[in-house]
Parts: sequence; C-alpha cells; structure tokens
Amino acid sequence: MKLQKATYFALYAVLELAADPARQLSAVEIAEKYGISAHHLAKVLRVLGRAGIVDSTRGVGGGYRFAGNAKRLTLLDVIRLFEPLGNERSGGSEQHPNNAAGRALKLVLNEIDEHAAATFRSITISTMLKIMAQRLASEPAKETRRARDANGPRAKRLGPP
Amino acid sequence: MKRRSKTLKAAEPEPGPRIRPAAPEDVRSVIALDEDVTGLAKPPYWQDLYERYGSTRREGRFFLVAEGEGRIEGFIIGEVRAWEFGSPPCGWIFAIQVRPKGRLKGTGTRLFEAMCDCFRRAGVEKVRTMLARDNALILSFFRSQGMMAGPFIELEMSLE
Repeated sequence: MKLQKATYFALYAVLELAADPARQLSAVEIAEKYGISAHHLAKVLRVLGRAGIVDSTRGVGGGYRFAGNAKRLTLLDVIRLFEPLGNERSGGSEQHPNNAAGRALKLVLNEIDEHAAATFRSITISTMLKIMAQRLASEPAKETRRARDANGPRAKRLGPP
Repeated sequence: MKRRSKTLKAAEPEPGPRIRPAAPEDVRSVIALDEDVTGLAKPPYWQDLYERYGSTRREGRFFLVAEGEGRIEGFIIGEVRAWEFGSPPCGWIFAIQVRPKGRLKGTGTRLFEAMCDCFRRAGVEKVRTMLARDNALILSFFRSQGMMAGPFIELEMSLE
C-alpha cells in the first residue's frame, strides 16, 4: 500500500512530536531528521495545526508541539486529513464499469480497502510509539545476531560467494 | 532520555484489581457486565461458558475475572487450540470485557497479561484473537498490547 507524500510527512511529524509532547521542534529540524522537504513539511504542519493535532509558536525559537491525545488519535485520523481512504477513494461507481466484471472487481477492492481502513483505525499514535520503541530495542540484538552469523563457523566454512 | 522513559512508563497499568479464576458466584456479575456493554442479556450463554471454561478448569481453558472494590471489574476467556488448518497449538482469546466506568485504569491490560501467562504455562508461544473490524475500541486495545495481523484470514459467506 502506498500513501501520498504529504501523508507520510504528516505521520513522521506527528510521531516525532508525540514521542515527547513537551519538546518543541521546527519544521526544518523535523525535515532534516527524515530527509524531507522543509517547505512541503511546513504546509503539512499547518494542516495538522488546523486539526488541533499540533500547536505552533511563531518567531525566533518557535516551532511545533504535539497537542493531540496519543491514546486516542489514530493513524486513520491523520491520514484522512491528507487523502481519502477505502471506499472514499475506490468506491465511486465512475471508476468501475457497471457490469458484472466491474461490480465484482469493486467488491474485491472494497474488501481490501475496508481491511486497510480498519488497520489504520485500530492503531493509535501511542501504539505506534510502543512499536517504534520495541523495534529500537530489538535492533541491537538483531545486529549482534547478524554480525555473529556473518562471522560464525558456517560463514567461515562457506567462504565468500 | 528521561522524558522518553517517562512516556513509556505512563503506558504501564496502574495498581488495580486482582486477577483470579472465575468462581460460580461471578457468573451473575459477568452477565450483568456484558448486558451493560452490549445491551443484550445472555444468561444461558455465559452460564454455559462458565461450565465449559471456568468450573472444571479443564486443561488449556481459562476464565479469569478482575476483582476490585468488592465487584467484578472485567473478565477474559481463552483457550489453547491446536491444528485448526495446520496451526500449531496457540492461545485464543474469544471474550474480554471491562466495566465502562472502570476503563483506562489498566484492568484490560492486567487481564490480557494474566491470560498470556496462562497460555505460556500451557506451553504455547502465540496468542490470537478475532473480532469485528468495526470494533475499533477492542481492536485498538489488542493493538496497544502489541498484537498485529496474523498469518490467517477469516472468510465467511451467507447461507441464505
């Protein structure tokens, strides 16, 4: 599944700011961390500000803070600010011919979209932060395993490809 | 760094109700709690579940309740199932409920963790559940516990 660029930027910004709600970050700081356009991100942050998800402070030393409820705000809430999802996007009858093949295809695509929407609706920002923390914690262990496997007896026996 | 660990700590359950196996006298409370949440009274269903999962405490079947301040704050039911469509033994949770006014206090988390402990003691390494995809509340709860989509897909058809 692919989301629009603005949606990804919004999700990065929300996760970055929600990780520490007391911290204020500028659009440039967030953009640099994720290697994305600060100009585009600033536009995205304005949309998030209008939705009450972030607070902004203008001027020197200004920036953005997370203002939402991480335990209530879902991925779907953020995504919907930037693009339609599920039936909102693919359910329009104009996209499928009104014949047996068109209706059957629409049925299957709707099924996929409904699953996607349910998944995004069920994952809160708080849950995302937990997943991120878990992955961060497991990465050093994986790295150690990878290094051990690469240098282990099997690798030595097989030699380089 | 300190702030991050504080954020994670906030997600941990607060001290709360005691989790224990259901007793016969709990069934009335479970029926009332379920009726309060779903709007449907189903006494024979819960009585039957208690008899199959609670009273005899058969191996691999668990009916737990959360008791706090002299009343039942929530319950959870699960069992170990094996070899359905090739699935090795795994823990299945098929009912969980917390009193609406007692939510967001970690009771659901305590029930879930206690059930996972039961499954671990029974020797299984996976826990599964299935629920309506529009049930955002319970889906979010299980997600918050770390559950993700599994390798099985549920299908159905109308027999009319």
